[in-house]
Amino acid sequence: MSNYRIHGATGDWEIVVGLEVHAQVTSNAKLFSGASTQFGAEPNTQVSLVDAAMPGMLPVPNRECVRQAVRTGMAIEAEIHKWSRFDRKNYFYADLPQGYQISQLYHPIVGKGALTIEADEKAGIPEDRTIGIERIHIEQDAGKLMHDQHPTMSYVDLNRVGVALMEIVSDPDMTSPAEAGAYVRKLRAILRYVGSCDGNMEEGSMRADVNVSVRRVGDTELGTRTETKNVNSVRFVMQTIEHEAQRQVNVLEDGGTIVQETRLFDPGTGTTRSMRSKEDAHDYRYFPDPDLLPLELDDEFLEACRASLPELPDAKRLRYENELGLTPYNARELTADVEVFARFETLLGETASAIGKPEAKVATQVANWALSVAPGVVKSLGDEADVSHGTAARQAAILKMQDAGEISGGQAKEIYEIVLKTGREPDEIADTEGLKQVSDTGAIEAAIDAIIAGNGDKVEQYKGGKDKLFGFFVGQTMKAMQGKANPAVVNQILKDKLG
Amino acid sequence: MSVTREEVAKIAQLARIKMGEGDLDHLVPEFNKILEWVEQLGEVDTAGVEPMTAVIDQKLRLRDDVIDADPKTGGGRRDDVLANAPAAEHGFYGVPKVIE
Repeated sequence: MSNYRIHGATGDWEIVVGLEVHAQVTSNAKLFSGASTQFGAEPNTQVSLVDAAMPGMLPVPNRECVRQAVRTGMAIEAEIHKWSRFDRKNYFYADLPQGYQISQLYHPIVGKGALTIEADEKAGIPEDRTIGIERIHIEQDAGKLMHDQHPTMSYVDLNRVGVALMEIVSDPDMTSPAEAGAYVRKLRAILRYVGSCDGNMEEGSMRADVNVSVRRVGDTELGTRTETKNVNSVRFVMQTIEHEAQRQVNVLEDGGTIVQETRLFDPGTGTTRSMRSKEDAHDYRYFPDPDLLPLELDDEFLEACRASLPELPDAKRLRYENELGLTPYNARELTADVEVFARFETLLGETASAIGKPEAKVATQVANWALSVAPGVVKSLGDEADVSHGTAARQAAILKMQDAGEISGGQAKEIYEIVLKTGREPDEIADTEGLKQVSDTGAIEAAIDAIIAGNGDKVEQYKGGKDKLFGFFVGQTMKAMQGKANPAVVNQILKDKLG
Repeated sequence: MSVTREEVAKIAQLARIKMGEGDLDHLVPEFNKILEWVEQLGEVDTAGVEPMTAVIDQKLRLRDDVIDADPKTGGGRRDDVLANAPAAEHGFYGVPKVIE
């Protein structure tokens, strides 16, 4: 449990949050027709006669959409229902030509599962928490309405009609905005690892309905909840919860009651408002779709789904910690998203083979480079950086020189800056720009001899037990070498000479 | 089981079917007669019988994930799908403004 509380005038309140996430299934064609799902096409060019609900057209489910829903269910260790069925959810709206959405109310394809959100002290999540997932079902998306193109008409684009969605319904297990944010991020990571949804929230591939209620600390009964629809970013999910919980506390403390209703989030103000809706808007009159037989899955299909699952975020994170020896922080950051770990693993492979050491021996160096050094350089260069120049091979070449002691950390950064600006090769840059450390013991010894000769008093003090002076000698040597001396070599020679 | 006049009016409204008082006068008893007739099925003992999902024993067919494999169920036919629209403009369906 988090200790997130709303401090009301009459006492403290805790909050209860459940999320319904709609995730667009990654597929070429729609759930029940052969029309394309490609985002951004000309209006109504990806609408089949099935999607337009022409009389006599029959839906035939897309095997890939079924497969992706099953794989997603397996990734959250959920029960997979070998027998499920499609139902009609009836309502009239201009974005829904059928007059009903084909969904799965009574017999969803995926049953109970769970995912774990990791402790994050800074975000107010003191310990790992398991969030229950009640179900995942597959259903059709609706079309898109545009209201600002014509003075008296709304324009309807049905390209999105019939695209497959997974509705992923959590249990009301979250107790703070931070936990809800972590849940959405984790779910998004799992979907992207599995490849069942691209998780692109800007394009609407993932959106959440946010259920919030409040109760006095210590109460066991759930309060009346509200549902805020179609929230399309992690930050907005968190803002919705903060605002909605505070609003409910204000209403209750003023002696009012919470109405179970649908609300809308306004990203401009960070607030929610009630959707004006007709009384019978929620009378969906669900019934089994007579156009579709039950969906029955056999063991062979399920086994193929299971065999196709990649290493998932939790397993990967543990492997990074246990086998690569990364810190828990680095392991978590590197496994948070598909692109991040893919880049890391490519660079790790390149670096290990360039240096000729096992991956575990260079993993920490590569992780620090990938998480902090390289992004820092890119950020400092801003528009000057062309990240396409920063290939894994070039980054590995820099890390190899650093590993061999040929360049310092600072020089590695400088070389990478030039790589990103020009696309030149790191070895050539190090040579021509003089960005190499001097490991030549002769030159370093000469510099050290001069410093020892010129600082007789300090040498005496050091030998008399003032160990801290060692740093002074290192500093002087580096200064004499214009910062280009290999610190390891400097340390060694100083130790030898100072005895 | 039977339905009231209010329920029939509501069902009609949900289905966007305009229904006058005269229509309701004869539809309510008609609905109830149908329900009564169907209710005879309740006399059969169905304990332990699986609900039937289809008259013919067959499996649900699935389609491959291929775009426009069959032109009859594929996209790319905007002119066809818009052909019956009362107001097709700029490739969109035009409908009376439906903003809340």
